[in-house]
Amino acid sequence: MTLDAIVDGISEVACDVLVIGGGTAGPMAALKAKQKNPKANVILLEKANVKRSGAISMGMDGLNNAVIPGYATPEQYTKEITIANDGIVNQKAVLKYAQNCYKIIEELDSYGIRFLKNENGDFAVKKVHHIGTYVLPMPNGETVKKALYRQLRRARLLISNRYMATRLLTGTDGRVAGAIAVNTRTSEFLVIKAKSVILCMGAAGRLGLPTSGYMYGTYENAANAGDGYAMAYHAGAALANLECFQINPLIKDYNGPACAYVAGPFGAYTANNEGARFIECDYWSGQMMLEFFNELQSGKGPVFLKLNHLHEDTIKEIETILHKVERPTRGLFHEGRGTDYRREMIEMHISEIGFCSGHSASGVFVDDFGRTTIPGLYAAGDMASVPHNYMLGAFTNGAIAGEDAAEYAANVDFASFDAGAVALEKERVLAPTKREDGIPPNQIEYKTRRLVNDYLQPPKVTRKYELGQTRLAEVRDDLENRMMVRNSHELMRALEAHSILDCADMAAFASLYRTESRWGLYHLRTDFPHKNDEDWFCHTLLSKKDGRMACEKRAVDPYVVPIAEDERDLYDKQRIRASA
Amino acid sequence: MPLAPTFTTVPVVVDDAKCIAEKGCTVCVDVCPLDVLRISDTTGKAYMAYDECWYCMPCEADCPTGAVKVNIPYLLK
Ligand SMILES: Cc1cc2nc3c(=O)[nH]c(=O)nc-3n(C[C@H](O)[C@H](O)[C@H](O)COP(=O)(O)OP(=O)(O)OC[C@H]3O[C@@H](n4cnc5c(N)ncnc54)[C@H](O)[C@@H]3O)c2cc1C
Ligand code: SF4
Ligand code: SF4
Repeated sequence: MTLDAIVDGISEVACDVLVIGGGTAGPMAALKAKQKNPKANVILLEKANVKRSGAISMGMDGLNNAVIPGYATPEQYTKEITIANDGIVNQKAVLKYAQNCYKIIEELDSYGIRFLKNENGDFAVKKVHHIGTYVLPMPNGETVKKALYRQLRRARLLISNRYMATRLLTGTDGRVAGAIAVNTRTSEFLVIKAKSVILCMGAAGRLGLPTSGYMYGTYENAANAGDGYAMAYHAGAALANLECFQINPLIKDYNGPACAYVAGPFGAYTANNEGARFIECDYWSGQMMLEFFNELQSGKGPVFLKLNHLHEDTIKEIETILHKVERPTRGLFHEGRGTDYRREMIEMHISEIGFCSGHSASGVFVDDFGRTTIPGLYAAGDMASVPHNYMLGAFTNGAIAGEDAAEYAANVDFASFDAGAVALEKERVLAPTKREDGIPPNQIEYKTRRLVNDYLQPPKVTRKYELGQTRLAEVRDDLENRMMVRNSHELMRALEAHSILDCADMAAFASLYRTESRWGLYHLRTDFPHKNDEDWFCHTLLSKKDGRMACEKRAVDPYVVPIAEDERDLYDKQRIRASA
Repeated sequence: MPLAPTFTTVPVVVDDAKCIAEKGCTVCVDVCPLDVLRISDTTGKAYMAYDECWYCMPCEADCPTGAVKVNIPYLLK
């Protein structure tokens, strides 16, 4: 038998609510949709296996943005995220998250996920952000995926593993009508008719190329290739602020978080080659990343995570957390390099670029219910536009979208769609299987991502961007006319190569549109080095119009939590003053 | 263009003596987020079929017999 042989086949199913992506936001969305309407048929579709998929496949060490009564208020949190994201936020959505997240913490607690408490029995929240206190450790964080999965089983949800969604179906009336998926081991098609669809497919994590040259050595779970962004785009949904890239400070080469959020509260910090602090606050923001980048470029680089001044017991405690959950191969990496937190500082670097609202602000445009610009289509988690949302944001906004999508589905019938759309998609998907000769998907992908690094990585230079667009168009010609695969697994990679190239094109287009600099390093344009609030204090929305990419401005809705004049630039002052 | 096979080291090692795939176990193949593990037709044991690992570890953590060892891929080790 040939490995992962291609089988010809197509089946059709129908459901009320279809959730695509079973990582973090997806399971919660499916669960809440079912709880909201127990009669509803809910399908959870996943490219990998829900048991171990997504950013939290090995668990998580803590909540990065918990708004806990007594420590922070929803208004304070909304203010902090507004300032951290340079003012360009839909505050209503951030506030809604902040008001609902405590309920979700209690719910996760009822699933058996524990959160750190102090001797008085109160949550032991830590300060990492510039202004407020929101980081809550999870002592048994490695169990989070198992706990979630138990709930899914209990609710008797339909789970379809190893199906990769490739395109959304849109109805003749403009509503969402369902999705098309391909089995990643057999290439068989699945057409899912649905009344509402929730996209929870994570970040676009395979956009830039890690400096190691290893394509799967990404910060994000490498299964998150940006399929969700590409599908939303092709369906005609608007995507917000894609020029606000995700770039993270990571352990050099390993490309996992360093992680100052865990070690920071114990006294660790980011240092330059003199062992000195150079940033005020280790919370990941574009402004912080710019100082990180500047330090790397200066004679004071490389940049390090410094722990070697800490007590042995403290280091042991940090090690047990960092080497057990999240990216548990970290200990192995240090062992191989012979690096020890006790002896030396750990070399850091900046990550490849990506799209992600979990850490930054680039995502499918949603309102405070997770609704996109297409009726019946929702998005939640890293791929939806609520900024700095992290894991608790994925859970909370997944829940909000799930409930709303169930309600929506209860009140509508299936949208009718053009049957030709399925045949067309089948042809597009299978094209690389029909060629006898051609270019394998890994080379198409490598080239795309290498061009992303060469031309699109900040600082953004207009002339480089234009060259990059020309070169990416050449790759597209190869991808559409010469890419070839031999089995179903390679077909999955070929489809991901499509998503990655779409995301690269969107990254270039959105970046050229915003002719100012904003969000520190994330959108640093050398030809327009200053922030220009007069012309650009707005979202940018990218969408497909008449078959082509288009961008437009969208006003930032009036704030519900006012920001005082002297608070606006608090995140701009990240560099430690020389005298300090 | 003609194709050529290129040698590559893969990071995940399975101890054939411990692997019980012949008894029907497919746990590591099932859980891998990148879907890079398979049961070999020739040995009947699990192995890494594709060099596309995120070194995340579910395969090692969930294997009932401790047969899987995840190493750091050579390029970034
Ligand atoms: C290494 C790392 C460390 C982090 N540390 C923390 C932390 O300490 N605290 C914190 O709060 N947050 C942390 N985060 C952020 C947090 O984990 C994410 O924001 C959150 O888990 C994102 O959830 P999601 O549901 O959007 O995406 P994911 O959980 O990644 O789920 C996306 C899912 O979609 C599936 N999928 C992708 N494409 C398709 C397709 N075409 N068809 C079907 N399915 C598809 C994927 O397989 C995956 O299961 C971290 C993230 C990473 C990567
Ligand atoms: S999980 Fe372990 S025992 Fe089961 S197939 Fe994989 S290696 Fe073999
Ligand atoms: S480490 Fe992760 S990606 Fe690699 S084989 Fe194991 S489960 Fe798959």
